[in-house]
Amino acid sequence: MTGTAQDVREMTYREAIRLALAEEMRRDPRVVFMGEDVAAPGGIFKITEGLLEEFGPARVRDTPISETAFVGAALGLAVTGYRPVVELMFSDFLGVCFDQIVNAIAKHRFMSGGAMSVPLVVRMIGGGGLRFGAQHSQTGESWLLPFPGLKIVAAGSPASAHGLLKAAIRDDDPVVVIEHKGLLGLKGHVRAGDEGLAELAGPEVLRRGDAVTVVATLAMVPQALEAAERLAAEGISVEVIDLRVLRPLAIDPILASVRRTGRLVLIEEQHRLGGWGAQVAAEVVERAWGDFKMPPRRITLPDYPLPFSPALEDAARPNAQRIGEEIRGMLAAV
Amino acid sequence: MIDDRRERPLDSSRIAALDSDALIALYRTMLRIREFEEQVHRSFLVGLVHGTTHLCQGQEAVATGAVAALRNDDYVTCTYRGHGACIARCMPPEAAFAELFGRASGVSRGLGGSMHMTDVSRGLIGSFGIVGAALPCAVGAGLSAQLDGKRQVSLTFFGDGATNIGAFHEAMNLAAIWSLPVVFVCENNLYGEYTPIKATTPFEDLARRAAAYDMPAIIVDGNDVLRVYDAVGDAVVRARNGGGPTFVECKTYRQRGHSRTDPGAYRPKEEVAAWLARDPVSLGRSTVVSRGALNDEEADGLAAEVRREIAAAAEAAAQAPWPDEDTAWQATYSGRIAQ
Repeated sequence: MTGTAQDVREMTYREAIRLALAEEMRRDPRVVFMGEDVAAPGGIFKITEGLLEEFGPARVRDTPISETAFVGAALGLAVTGYRPVVELMFSDFLGVCFDQIVNAIAKHRFMSGGAMSVPLVVRMIGGGGLRFGAQHSQTGESWLLPFPGLKIVAAGSPASAHGLLKAAIRDDDPVVVIEHKGLLGLKGHVRAGDEGLAELAGPEVLRRGDAVTVVATLAMVPQALEAAERLAAEGISVEVIDLRVLRPLAIDPILASVRRTGRLVLIEEQHRLGGWGAQVAAEVVERAWGDFKMPPRRITLPDYPLPFSPALEDAARPNAQRIGEEIRGMLAAV
Repeated sequence: MIDDRRERPLDSSRIAALDSDALIALYRTMLRIREFEEQVHRSFLVGLVHGTTHLCQGQEAVATGAVAALRNDDYVTCTYRGHGACIARCMPPEAAFAELFGRASGVSRGLGGSMHMTDVSRGLIGSFGIVGAALPCAVGAGLSAQLDGKRQVSLTFFGDGATNIGAFHEAMNLAAIWSLPVVFVCENNLYGEYTPIKATTPFEDLARRAAAYDMPAIIVDGNDVLRVYDAVGDAVVRARNGGGPTFVECKTYRQRGHSRTDPGAYRPKEEVAAWLARDPVSLGRSTVVSRGALNDEEADGLAAEVRREIAAAAEAAAQAPWPDEDTAWQATYSGRIAQ
């Protein structure tokens, strides 16, 4: 199924995820989708409505609230010929199936000497801004970073939500796909079908600029783009990069950008300690030290759990205004 | 709901149908496991086996009887005490030893080791080092079998200790609600690492756990290979016919310590002596001899033949080269990831 110009449609991030799942389930009968409330209820975020009706109860399955069982079961499916996709309703639930993901799924291919591939996808919906409190607002982006064998992607736009998920389902390795619940209603252009298939290759430059390189993920991507738009009106040219693939980390496009701009800002909706921003900053500094005009700057959550109170939650999460202020400050310091 | 078969006569048609060759095959498998484990221990003491090992002397009848009830296209998952099931599933001993020795010719090219023996060509889809972690995977293989509709079965071995961890309960529940063709084989060897099961679990018969999931359960003498074969056979038939999962508790005993050089000194001497008197390999020999499949001389000959086979396999494995680093890179992802 090749895409044509007519296949470019405007749709929400939510619709883009559903389209990717439906396209891949039509394409490959070995794709099985499981999770809590994903089938008959269509997902608590209404992402997967209609999949049960199209693909039936054998392939679209409501599970018990039992992540260890259904994530582990995905491993059993994957090594016996299926391509399971499982959904963690909230990224925060990684905690209850951590062993299955980091000790079993991530290492299964390796410990079999490469004899068994593990083509499975864990979709998880994370992020703050919806007043869900400290246990239902984490992105989980960096929780799985240290584990070889996993691939980790984060969707910052409808096109990425569609393209990365399709690529993840076709990949022969376990891929964790992070989606942001605050972006579900975000609209964007998506190429339906194979034309929209992304590569799990690395960052995507979304906006060209020469004064500063901004790298962001998930809900921080539209915030960075909005900040760049405002700064452009002030004559400040910002390059915005969506990191997209957190593991394996492809640093070259960021390196190339920093070599031009000499300035690097990393924006993540996570705490400072152990975030991917630290890793990206370290990698770029190691390789492009001489090109920096000033130290890299990181914009993160403060070092307390995300608060429930709207006043505090909004203050804690980075947004376009704060990003703009930080960048103005950096450039004024020259 | 619990079918306790310990005190009952063994009068099934499945057992009656076993001919001499089948009886000898069962005994040979137990001998091969025993010799394999004894050789692992010797190899460990001379530094050929690295890290740690968890041996299964005393539990040979469980692996042998359970695996004998399976087809070649069924799925099996193991614990870190999984050598027995692998040998029963006909993993070549030389490749198994090479894995334990960390060599390139190991079943997992030296990347897995004792706790992670796998051989997907024989349906051995995973040996897990984390207690209970295999069960969800086995349930997934059961779902795969149900979706494929080829009447395959997924059998998972686990110890008594696993019945206290969350993964066990979640897996049992999922298998039950979806009526999956899974056979849960609990090797109750009375000790979770160094602690007796009675100190960690509120009752002796772990089969009682199955009632919580409305799952049929069988208790069987795990040191009698024919009884294990028969009980697991019934569970396998139920699974193949769409009857869903079964819990089979095999009462057995770990003759050695938990791992490495643990002498198991925390166990009462009388308890050890009582279980050694019911050694499954010795019982197996009595069975084949009393049923006329072998005479004493032939049984001795078989034991000697197996001993030679296993010793030769270990010797050959010890000559194998170490894996190179590229082995590790290639095994991590399906396509090589740029560094």
